[in-house]
Amino acid sequence: MRIACPFCGERELGEFTYLGDAAPKRPLAFAADGAEQPDAQDLFFDYVYLRDNIAGDMNERWYHGGGCRSWLTVTRNTTTHEIKAVRAAPGAGAQKPAKAGAIS
Amino acid sequence: MRYSIFSLAKAALSGHKGWTRAWRDPQPKKHYDVVIVGGGGHGLATAYYLAKEYGIRNVAVLEKGWIGSGNAGRNTTIIRSNYMLPGNTGFYELSMKLWERQEQDLNYNTMVSQRGIINLYHSDAQRDAFARRGNVMRINGIDAELLDGEQIRKVLPFLNYNNARFPVMGGLWQPRAGTARHDAVVWGYARAADSFGVDIIQNCEVTGFARDQNGKITGVETARGTIGAGKVGMAVAGSTSRVAALAGMRLPIESHVLQAFVSEAIKPLIPGVITFGAGHFYVSQSDKGGLVFGGDLDGYNSYAQRGNMPVMEDVCEGGMALMPMIGRVRLLRQWGGIMDMSMDGTPIIDKTPIDGLYLNAGWCYGGFKATPASGLVFAHLLARDEPHEEAKRFRLDRFRRGAMIDEKGQGAQPNLH
Repeated sequence: MRIACPFCGERELGEFTYLGDAAPKRPLAFAADGAEQPDAQDLFFDYVYLRDNIAGDMNERWYHGGGCRSWLTVTRNTTTHEIKAVRAAPGAGAQKPAKAGAIS
Repeated sequence: MRYSIFSLAKAALSGHKGWTRAWRDPQPKKHYDVVIVGGGGHGLATAYYLAKEYGIRNVAVLEKGWIGSGNAGRNTTIIRSNYMLPGNTGFYELSMKLWERQEQDLNYNTMVSQRGIINLYHSDAQRDAFARRGNVMRINGIDAELLDGEQIRKVLPFLNYNNARFPVMGGLWQPRAGTARHDAVVWGYARAADSFGVDIIQNCEVTGFARDQNGKITGVETARGTIGAGKVGMAVAGSTSRVAALAGMRLPIESHVLQAFVSEAIKPLIPGVITFGAGHFYVSQSDKGGLVFGGDLDGYNSYAQRGNMPVMEDVCEGGMALMPMIGRVRLLRQWGGIMDMSMDGTPIIDKTPIDGLYLNAGWCYGGFKATPASGLVFAHLLARDEPHEEAKRFRLDRFRRGAMIDEKGQGAQPNLH
């Protein structure tokens, strides 16, 4: 596998570190008014432990530690290792999140 | 046909023409008491113990390809019971004891060879951690001995003792550990299960689950038609998430690729198993003479059964750091297998929330050594509907309860276990 970093060009796999599926979103433990979310435990259990473990195309987070040190979102087929798209993860590079906690 | 020195001599005198096939190739029946999905070591061992220990003989093992074509034929054949945490310690020692009598139990030469394992340490802190592990093992009746550098030099004179970053200061030795012939383990369980009447059905992929109006599992849809079942046990580590998805389940598991390597055959060199955890490398020598070695996961989700170059480089660097002489030997083969990486590095053997569906999964890269005990405790669960004493902590709900068994203390990041 070689990953074409949008900032650095195509680089060998050893430069990158894998985080995992990009789908899980950290849930909010508290509502805007400070009240605890009633289903927070279930949501956090799902977020921390359960995975779709997709066989096929999957959006993943990779970190280009051996290059530009950007977080990337890579669409990759887990049954063939074919990489279909690489783009900067929201918040990477010049793009900044609108506000803290809004990383998607 | 019972195998013995006499059956061998008799066959030899008749030109080896009298051997019969070791297991049948039956057509699937309409219904079984228990259907095991997955014809690897664990599935076949489960069927064997169901028939032998629990008297349930109307059993089928369904295999997508041929038996032993998955991880049972891709591992590095190491058996050991050097675990520290409650839950693991007793379970793996049960497995070790079953290995020690396996050849007699199965009437099959599985080439169990207890040549010992040495986990090397390289600092005072690591020595203390290994001493603690060894003490836990001994308290639990498992053999363990802490060796210092001089003792290691006597048995492994060929290591590089002058590595500046990771000097070999000693090791934790489990003399009863060793290796077994992985294919023979599969064939031995298949033959023994078949002799009790278990149907082993190959080229029979499960494509779905049949369920009644209450959601209870009533059988499996397969490439060879619907097969009814009182209970269905899944033993498909590597593909667990895919099969579980057919029943609508999401699990605390990711599939990752682990590579292994074997060199050309050389004269006897390595007495047992050596692990160099700090350098991401371990090695043993097969009976044919090849050095069998491996290291870390590639680190990304995969179902592809093949890995990539950075980890090959990393493993070979680890080998060169530990025993520079390995650079003179040629690599013969390299391959990959798909690991069920659970969120705490420990297996899951439990009922599922779906009535009639039972789960044996999450073996990470430690499944081979567990084969006999995994079969026994999974058979117990299927037969009695309650966990075996040595598997009562391997529950599916332990993640929600916070009762993880995280031997490495790594947290819920499966590619780091």
